[in-house]
Amino acid sequence: MPEKILEMQSLVKTYIMGEEEQVVLKGIDLDINRGDFLSVLGPSGSGKSTLMNIIGCLDVPTSGTYYLSGELIRDLPEVDLSHIRNREIGFIFQQFQLLPRLSAQKNVELPLIYAGVPEKERQARSAHILERVGLADKMNNRPNQLSGGQQQRVAIARALVTEPTILLADEPTGALDQQTGHQIMALFKELYQEGKTIVMITHDADVAKNGSRIVRIVDGNLSEGVYNA
Amino acid sequence: MLKESIKMALENIVSNKMRSFLTMLGIIIGVGSVIALITIVSGATSTVTDQVASMGANTVTIQVQGTPLKQGLTQGDVNKIAELSNIAGIAPTISGQTTVAFDGNTMDEITLQGKNDVYFENTEDVISSGRIINTIDTENKSRVALIGNDIANELYVGKNPIGQEIKIGGITYHVIGILQESDSFASADTNSSVIIPYTTAMGVVGAKYINSMTVYIADEALADTTTRQIEGVLTKAFNGDEDGYSIVNMQSILETIEEMTSILSMMLAGIASISLVVGGIGIMNMMLVSVTERTSEIGLRKALGAEPKQIQLQFLIESVVLCLIGGIIGFILGVSLAWVVANLIGTSFALTASTVLLAIGFSAAIGVVFGFMPARKASRLNPIDALRSI
Repeated sequence: MPEKILEMQSLVKTYIMGEEEQVVLKGIDLDINRGDFLSVLGPSGSGKSTLMNIIGCLDVPTSGTYYLSGELIRDLPEVDLSHIRNREIGFIFQQFQLLPRLSAQKNVELPLIYAGVPEKERQARSAHILERVGLADKMNNRPNQLSGGQQQRVAIARALVTEPTILLADEPTGALDQQTGHQIMALFKELYQEGKTIVMITHDADVAKNGSRIVRIVDGNLSEGVYNA
Repeated sequence: MLKESIKMALENIVSNKMRSFLTMLGIIIGVGSVIALITIVSGATSTVTDQVASMGANTVTIQVQGTPLKQGLTQGDVNKIAELSNIAGIAPTISGQTTVAFDGNTMDEITLQGKNDVYFENTEDVISSGRIINTIDTENKSRVALIGNDIANELYVGKNPIGQEIKIGGITYHVIGILQESDSFASADTNSSVIIPYTTAMGVVGAKYINSMTVYIADEALADTTTRQIEGVLTKAFNGDEDGYSIVNMQSILETIEEMTSILSMMLAGIASISLVVGGIGIMNMMLVSVTERTSEIGLRKALGAEPKQIQLQFLIESVVLCLIGGIIGFILGVSLAWVVANLIGTSFALTASTVLLAIGFSAAIGVVFGFMPARKASRLNPIDALRSI
């Protein structure tokens, strides 16, 4: 019996744009089990970024319910949402989002600082995880001394270091050339094999195929049940 | 968390050296001028008060204008004051005009002063040679005189006047000493005056009244009380007519000087602190630019789990660190300037712990006050919008 870690029911998100009300997500139902590698495939303007923001607890739904690890995510104070993000979500962005002044290791330590992990443990954990993504010899390099692929590996290490419930990746290969993109996808597959839960948002069907399961989002509606074994 | 924030603040300041320096310049100038002014004024104040104090912080001066019924103080009045507690000594002065003569030569319009031993004990450098008037002279109403430099030169050409006789107002005295030559800037010209014991002046010359006197107080802390008691004696002596005399307490003059200079110093510091406000606005401007530049960093930190309070703290620490560095540089410059000025105008230079604390406290406070708004702005950024602004 797979463990359900994410559950969305009739989830609606509307934005007020001036006088007009724009419905971006039109009743999404989505379940994610532990160990899934879910690809959310959709063109730009389909609402996939809004869905990602809600999954990542950067935004809250207008109506419907969203449970993450059994906890109802609603209009909570920012402090509570930031704690949930820190604990549950590992973000991986298209543009890596590394802080240029910090070394690779310091970048990886960042979420641990906000989790209140002591310095010694932070160093040990970040070093260990950088080794895991194959950057043991680049720990003291700054982002501008690393290639795009290496930078994205640092970002993946940063997402992994807190041992979050979900790895949430937004177009993780979007800024990389094809070959580097393949290498990153290979790393994602390894992480999936290790049992990590991954949600990857992309507009690229080829990239989406790497997932164990694909859902399509078009015009704010999710079409479930497209499996890719 | 605090350690990380301080480290990050320093890194950010160092990575924007030129901009950080220009921003700090306002704080440097502001803190520098406040510290320089306060240090210079307090040094000048202590020099002035030292000078006043050297004139006798423990003295009460009484000037007698007299009333139609009572033209001056008598020996009886002096005795009454001497009986009060906390009195170390009384130096009465009788003054008048006289003529002096020696060996057939006469000098007119000579200032005659009657003094006592207490005056000489408490006043330095009165005579250039000979001896001063002592207790025995005062008690015995001795006919001894100290003469001014002009008299010595004119009447005793080619002779040492000490031991010679002199006729003052027709009565013969012995010259026992010569007064210190006074320069033209001195308040009282002693070159053509003679000083005799005031008891002699009263008994022999027939002067009836004491015109002024200096009362020396034993314990300065009780100066106010003693002054009031002396006033009581004087009011009684003049039958309640307060116009007959004036009484000045040196201690209160010192206090007035100190009060005035502290007001002056606060006013100057107030004017200088306008530049601190201008510097603070510079800090606020730089912090606002920094928040805008680092919007995506703020968004990322929030996505990684930073609380709004932690973001606010980080930016607040940056502005406080910036201000503290500026404050320390400004403090060093201000103190150096004060040292140079103190040496140039010859006042004393003293650096107090309160000045150091003032400089540090002021710059930190500016960092908090002017960093607050930008830091709050950063903490309130929506992480989605912030992340999008790549």
